[in-house]
Amino acid sequence: MPAPAIIQPKGLSDRLTALFWRRPRLLLGLLLVPPLFWLGVVYLGSLFSLLIQSFYSIDEFSGMVVPEFTLKTYAELFRAANLDIIIRTLLMAAAVTLGAALIAFPIAYYAARFAKGRWKAVFYLGIMLPLWSSYLVKVYAWKLILAKEGIVTWAAGITGTSSLLDAVLALPVVGGGSLSTSYIGMFLVFTYVWLPYMILPMQASLERVPTSMLEASADLGATRAQTFRTVVLPLAMPGVIAGSIFTFSLTLGDYIIPQIIGNSASFIGMAVYQLQGTAGNTPLAAAFAVVPILIMLAYLGFAKRAGAFDAL
Amino acid sequence: MLSDRASLSLRIAAGLGLLFLHLPIALIFLYAFTTEERSYAFPPPGLTTKWFAVAWQRPDIWEAFWLSLQVAAIATALALVLGTLVSAAMSKARFFGREQISLLILLPIALPGVITGIALRTAFGEMGIPFSTLTIILGHATFCIVIVYNNAVARFRRLSGGILEASADLGANAFQTFRHVLLPNLGTALLAGGMLAFALSFDEVIVTTFTAGQQSTIPIWMLEELIRPRQRPVTNVVAMLVFAATFIPILLAYYLTRNGSDVAGSGK
Repeated sequence: MPAPAIIQPKGLSDRLTALFWRRPRLLLGLLLVPPLFWLGVVYLGSLFSLLIQSFYSIDEFSGMVVPEFTLKTYAELFRAANLDIIIRTLLMAAAVTLGAALIAFPIAYYAARFAKGRWKAVFYLGIMLPLWSSYLVKVYAWKLILAKEGIVTWAAGITGTSSLLDAVLALPVVGGGSLSTSYIGMFLVFTYVWLPYMILPMQASLERVPTSMLEASADLGATRAQTFRTVVLPLAMPGVIAGSIFTFSLTLGDYIIPQIIGNSASFIGMAVYQLQGTAGNTPLAAAFAVVPILIMLAYLGFAKRAGAFDAL
Repeated sequence: MLSDRASLSLRIAAGLGLLFLHLPIALIFLYAFTTEERSYAFPPPGLTTKWFAVAWQRPDIWEAFWLSLQVAAIATALALVLGTLVSAAMSKARFFGREQISLLILLPIALPGVITGIALRTAFGEMGIPFSTLTIILGHATFCIVIVYNNAVARFRRLSGGILEASADLGANAFQTFRHVLLPNLGTALLAGGMLAFALSFDEVIVTTFTAGQQSTIPIWMLEELIRPRQRPVTNVVAMLVFAATFIPILLAYYLTRNGSDVAGSGK
């Protein structure tokens, strides 16, 4: 009689293999436990403790945190000074998103539709390297560029546009003593730093526009501009929205750029940093931190409905 | 007719956009050699290499550099293990809560860094964990997981389930399959993910400012110099070196995965 065609288990690893085969859920559980422990306990736990902090308040006399449930800290967010910070941050985030979308579109469109072979690689690396290279070094580079004695002032002097630069800096609100201490400068740096985050999802959605559709549009007599407006742009919209999730969220939370570039007006990220650090008012810092979370949740809900997640 | 060539204006706009992305970085290289000490004057009055020597002899820079290296290496190692595990589970099966888990993995980079930072800080504070190298690593590993996960899960998607079954049919147990079939197939994706995670951790500053105690990583050192400049030319040199330190792993990650459909780094 021939031996049964089953290899007898030898040792522990074979036995475990058999167990995993019979109970695939067990293997799944074993795979998931360590990462979920990390993200679920370390990370979600931290977020949760932050949320709890935001319902505490600070004793005005002793400066100590009072661990009792109250909505007082949230009410403080609506004080004029704090509301200003929130509105200022939102406006900046919106402006940066718009600026990034405008600059990103031609790059993404060219890379997705016209770049071939070698140029495709050039564009890919050309977008990826700035995306991944050091954030601080990029901000630092802009500090060099925007400084009063820096390259922009020099270039304006050479091209005879110094008066134009001065006129821009003399603008109310957005202007300032030099580019590096004005909102314009801050806007430029934000736009620069988050630009690749806008290009990539845009490019992904543009690459998915079928060529046959463009051909059909051309065959039906549409001009280049008409095809662009009625076919390409609507199909690229989910990518634009996906990109705007990044530019918006990243601007909302950043506290380094407003600290280094700009006129030292406070932004949400800066408020969080200073309140928990020097001021020691952790509850208000936590309440401030909840603001971008809520804004982003609402934004994500809107983006999901617009089909932006397919473009990520 | 459908044209295959871009219009001139599109080509100019795309070209200018790429220049906009790269010129500022090129400027960093120029400034590392400037002889001007007090300001950011352009054009530099003269060029010198002496700041490299000055930077080389600064113990505070070396200390920060070693700390950054140590943190990035350990955080990357942790993220590699955790990211691979979760990507294996996610590509293996459909199960209850799968969507929620993928959201959970994304959360540390989807939420602004300042929130991750302050959340970890309050949690460490409440648990009485002193701020140290360990807390920096814990923070970094949290957002490095998603980088490894993205790369690994893309490779798993391309991997046909058939080769795992074939391996089992030929008598390999789960561990042998992992060692001889899965790992060689995942290899370059994991390496690329690890490189990117390393680069991300090496220059992370936002979460680090919340989870570090008295120590400085290289980005924290740079941030202090940015806010209160002491010796500008030395900062210029460090900026250039930090750029190089993140540039090389990114380039390697690209070459490791460029033949696949999912190239490393398309999502950060």
